[in-house]
Amino acid sequence: MFKLKNWKEVPIGGAVDQPGSAMENKTGSWRVERPVWNSEKCIHCLRCWVYCPDMSVNTLDGKITGINYDYCKGCGICAQVCPEKVKAITMQPEQ
Amino acid sequence: MANLKELSKRPDGFSPGHRLCAGCGIPIIPKLLYKVTDYDIVVASATGCFEVATTIYPYTSWLKPFVHSAFENAAATISGVEAMYQSLKKQGKIPANRKLKFVAFGGDGGTYDIGLQSLSGALERGHDIVYICYDNGAYMNTGIQRSSATPYGASTTTSPAGKVIPGKMQRRKDLTNIALAHHIEYAAQTAVSHWNDLATKLQKGLDIDGPAFICVMSPCVPGWMYPSDQSIEVTRMAVETGYWPLFEMDHGVFRVNYRPKQKLPVADWLKLQGRFRHLFRPEYTYVIEEIQRQVDDYWEYLAHMEQAFPAPPK
Ligand SMILES: Cc1ncc(C[n+]2csc(CCOP(=O)(O)OP(=O)(O)O)c2C)c(N)n1
Ligand code: SF4
Ligand code: SF4
Repeated sequence: MFKLKNWKEVPIGGAVDQPGSAMENKTGSWRVERPVWNSEKCIHCLRCWVYCPDMSVNTLDGKITGINYDYCKGCGICAQVCPEKVKAITMQPEQ
Repeated sequence: MANLKELSKRPDGFSPGHRLCAGCGIPIIPKLLYKVTDYDIVVASATGCFEVATTIYPYTSWLKPFVHSAFENAAATISGVEAMYQSLKKQGKIPANRKLKFVAFGGDGGTYDIGLQSLSGALERGHDIVYICYDNGAYMNTGIQRSSATPYGASTTTSPAGKVIPGKMQRRKDLTNIALAHHIEYAAQTAVSHWNDLATKLQKGLDIDGPAFICVMSPCVPGWMYPSDQSIEVTRMAVETGYWPLFEMDHGVFRVNYRPKQKLPVADWLKLQGRFRHLFRPEYTYVIEEIQRQVDDYWEYLAHMEQAFPAPPK
């Protein structure tokens, strides 16, 4: 958690001067079930990447590299949108 | 439209760590918005889930400029920002070749209802803006109150299904057609379940000079009452059953962008959601029949629009 500004330090209009500061907020703690990605089954169609509401499917050079558990809320959309014949993501109870 | 591989490599404009519900459809829109264009974008948002959950002080999910707005005036706020940009350019304080784009977001409550007047004003004045309404069919952030976008027959806290009424007894307002009655060059309806249609329409809206309006169906887990992993499927079914057609008016040409191969009965979409559960009681069959009639009627209207505004002969 970064330091809150005092009244003399707060920019005019209460502007937030740290873009993306929400990333300090690790929403992964909300998760009840976790998506587990199988690299061998994955065909890198990127459907999970485009539909994940929490930007929690990591990619590198147009390929999936895994799940970002810091922010993944465990909604299960990635597992649902993975093509029927592939099903490379399964939801498992959080320990 | 670039493919997903290319889109995934482009820079992000919207970060994780936001407090929207698990499975909320809204973030898919800003994720794609920043990916489809090289323009620098300034966003304003009306209050509602999106604004509240992405900008809890001192946190923000926005990696690019974002301006807060009240509930009723996101379109007026973004108009002012755009007008200031034009003025500063004229005064030489912003280089003439510095191209910025201006986008306003509002929920259906903030757009169909309370923000309609400021939206209409902005469209009529002709600002170079894109207004995006994320339509989840109710005032979700304050606990699911009906709006003029709520579907006929849906149960909400202010149109509760019970012994007296079977949910909301008024038909949804056709906002995209209201927007295009302002003679704007681009107005479209799309859904988060169809990323290519959504991304293409966002890009078209940004590319034109002048006002554009895009209405995006966005699923809401607590408001529609379905399991969170079904968000995309429920939205896709709204399109497949014809409840939510994907269409656009593009420079005077009206197009239905997607025709389901086999239009499924609207009941197939209704039955996926708790907000319509009561309609499956025998005494309310007539409500489902009425919703089907409305869907069929609307497709006839769309066919007339296509005939009235055809593509010019090649
Ligand atoms: C003038 C005014 N009235 C009421 C409110 C309280 N309020 C905040 S968010 C909200 C609901 C927004 O609904 P909608 O625009 O549909 O967006 P959603 O919450 O569904 O994302 C309301 C009523 C307000 N902020 N300002
Ligand atoms: S479970 Fe939901 S939040 Fe987590 S990676 Fe999958 S789609 Fe994203
Ligand atoms: S209440 Fe609905 S619209 Fe609001 S954050 Fe939750 S899922 Fe999204």
